[in-house]
Amino acid sequence: MSDDIIAEIKRDYIYNLAKKGKRVDGRAFDEYRQIEVETGIIDSAEGSAKAKIGDTQVIVGIKMQPGKPFPDTPDQGAIITNVEFAPIASPSFEPGPPNENATELARVVDRGVRESGAIDLSKLCIKEGEDIWMVFIDVYVLDHDGNLMDASALGAIAALLNTNFPNERYELGKDAPLPIIDLPVAITAAEIDGEIILDPSLDEESIASTIITMITGKDDSLAGMQKSGTGPLTFDQLFHISDIVSKKAKDIRKKYLETS
Amino acid sequence: MSNKPKKLIEKGKRLDGRKVDELRPIKIEVGILKRADGSCYMELGGSKVIAAVYGPRAVHPRHLQEATQVIIRYRYDMASFSVKERKRPGPDRRSIEISKVSREALEPVILKEYFPRSVIDIFVEILQADAGTRTVGINASSVALADAGIPMRGIVSSCAVGKVDGEVVLDLTGEEDNYGEADMPIAMTQEGKITLLQMDGNFTKEEFTRAIELAKKGCKEIYEIQRNALISKYEGVNNV
Repeated sequence: MSDDIIAEIKRDYIYNLAKKGKRVDGRAFDEYRQIEVETGIIDSAEGSAKAKIGDTQVIVGIKMQPGKPFPDTPDQGAIITNVEFAPIASPSFEPGPPNENATELARVVDRGVRESGAIDLSKLCIKEGEDIWMVFIDVYVLDHDGNLMDASALGAIAALLNTNFPNERYELGKDAPLPIIDLPVAITAAEIDGEIILDPSLDEESIASTIITMITGKDDSLAGMQKSGTGPLTFDQLFHISDIVSKKAKDIRKKYLETS
Repeated sequence: MSNKPKKLIEKGKRLDGRKVDELRPIKIEVGILKRADGSCYMELGGSKVIAAVYGPRAVHPRHLQEATQVIIRYRYDMASFSVKERKRPGPDRRSIEISKVSREALEPVILKEYFPRSVIDIFVEILQADAGTRTVGINASSVALADAGIPMRGIVSSCAVGKVDGEVVLDLTGEEDNYGEADMPIAMTQEGKITLLQMDGNFTKEEFTRAIELAKKGCKEIYEIQRNALISKYEGVNNV
């Protein structure tokens, strides 16, 4: 995920702590940093949210506008997800079009929203075969301290929950809330020297041999998965991760999404 | 787009209740990003902006480096959701021009000869736009530069003045900008040296003089806010 370089001595330190069941910031292996979600912060967007996990910060804005449907789904709206690694967020982010990491991140966030069926796309049809609503999910990373995946996914669904159809602007009647029927939550785990930790910080991410994200819906079913990094993963590790993911996702969904 | 209101100024009051020489409410926070060397969040009415400073650091590509001084790069970027119609992410002609003049507005106060062969990157992200975003970008960048500990001769403050319903006003809103007759963003150091000046529209000589006076007043108020924000960040830190 990250191109940041890390000092050899820090790498050893994190490894050695992991062997003793500890982490640099004192968290338990399955413990998240402090999460904060703030919604409705951008007036020019149809919906918006800022999600923070520890020092990682992303802002998600939703824009909606009428467009043409895809030929195979003439009566359904479209979701377009884009992630910008704004250069304000990290010394290793450079201005320019999204690189492979930003593209991967965008596609995983998109998959979570799409495959969980979070948005009722059939309600986004204006006129079958001619006009549908396009929902643009734009994620801007503001501060990168690891686990952009979970922050972006959480920001995206929180922003969608906060979104209204801009009907009045296009003279299509009154503004109305976007129909949200599922609440996908992404949980990311990292493997460090055989140990599995959740919510890796930037340092942990940069020494992890592999990182895996699982996105689950309200009914605990998997809506998306992504493994990145070159390290292999055993089946035992994979099932262990999927066990802890369910519980975490439920907690986060309850605390940050179902109340809003 | 909404239709043009009949009057933008009635009995000396503007649509948002301000007087002609009044700034919109300002909110400012210093050091809000962990990874950046210096950062600042600033709101001016409905304009919301984050500025981050990285550097001085090594220059890539290397042929850009200068033997005797640091180079400054400034990138003004609007978030896709910062405006009513979604904006395509990435640079366009407008943002490239704004980046250039904003960089030139800040360069005069930076002690560039202190860091030869390196670069200071200033990144400005417009999260929500309601007129005056380039001025907010410059104000926030100025504070972010100070927050990053970059040696400077002073702080640059910026605001826009314009003409609405035939009257010269300070700090236009998006609506006033759309239906107004002139818009003039300006930036200056605290000694009153002008470092940015642009104008489009129509001013008589008298109006221009009045506009400059208003801009001075606006920049002075902003300077105090920038200064206080920086001081309050270090309040409670004992003198060493």
